[in-house]
Amino acid sequence: MKAAVLVFPGINRERDMARTLKLVSGQAPAMVWHAETALPAGTDLVVIPGGFSYGDYLRCGAIAARSPVMDAVRAFAAKGGLVLGVCNGFQILCEAGLLPGVLMRNQQLRFICRDVYLKVERSNTPFTRGYNAGQVIRVPVAHGEGNYIADGETVARLEGEGRVLFRYCSPDGMVDPNWNHNGAINAIAGIVNERGNVLGMMPHPENHVEASIGPTDGRGLFAGLAEALAKAA
Amino acid sequence: MKARVTVTLKTGILDPQGKAIEGALRALGIEGIASVRQGKMFEIELDGTADRAKAEALLKQAADKLLANTVIENYRVDVLG
Repeated sequence: MKAAVLVFPGINRERDMARTLKLVSGQAPAMVWHAETALPAGTDLVVIPGGFSYGDYLRCGAIAARSPVMDAVRAFAAKGGLVLGVCNGFQILCEAGLLPGVLMRNQQLRFICRDVYLKVERSNTPFTRGYNAGQVIRVPVAHGEGNYIADGETVARLEGEGRVLFRYCSPDGMVDPNWNHNGAINAIAGIVNERGNVLGMMPHPENHVEASIGPTDGRGLFAGLAEALAKAA
Repeated sequence: MKARVTVTLKTGILDPQGKAIEGALRALGIEGIASVRQGKMFEIELDGTADRAKAEALLKQAADKLLANTVIENYRVDVLG
């Protein structure tokens, strides 16, 4: 795995992400500054971490989405390269037009920082191959704008094409408004693009990977990615 | 030349911030307000003395590319002269 973690001013989860990538794959990622116009040669995974790029000015992720490095990411994704955006990274991918829809202010108006349960909808993707379809995983969220919304037609397409990979649910896997912490439409926590190579998700799987800290349910995502990339290489 | 770009949420898009402001106004005892929607306003100064049509085209580009997210927002361009 030759991962590149993008770094924007105001991002603060890039080191958690880098640590997890190294822990799970054995290889430290390249840290790529937003002003770069190219990704390191041989990059096979781009990760956009969480945080508050540009202080969430204008709209969450809006300024970062227009930075020079994102043109390189767009070209990389167009060639089928794998891109993972977590939290602010998901917001940036939506603002960049690499994923449809928008992350709005949480319906309850509160910043939510807690563990949530996610239902893994499919396992036959490079991002979810480390899980079983229908499996429930426990990972943390930390966001004020995670309320996913898109127009009706887009949501119908996402659902119809199986592009919702993660959904907020109860500990036993029931999708229920009481467990949909931010009010996202259809309890959507993570989606992929049409081609299936760009994933955006609000929760932070990178923070649940070590038994000494707590649950390790996030590990499957990174282990699955490492496996998928090793196979492809 | 001065201009103003006003960005508002599209009809039907939930506006929790507007709702919170609405609630606060009610709590202040300000009566007669049916609903509040929050938007953004940009005061923009243009270089040189571009003509009006050019200025409008340029501002439209700015709004489409950055100032508004047209998935959820509408915008209006006013060239003030």
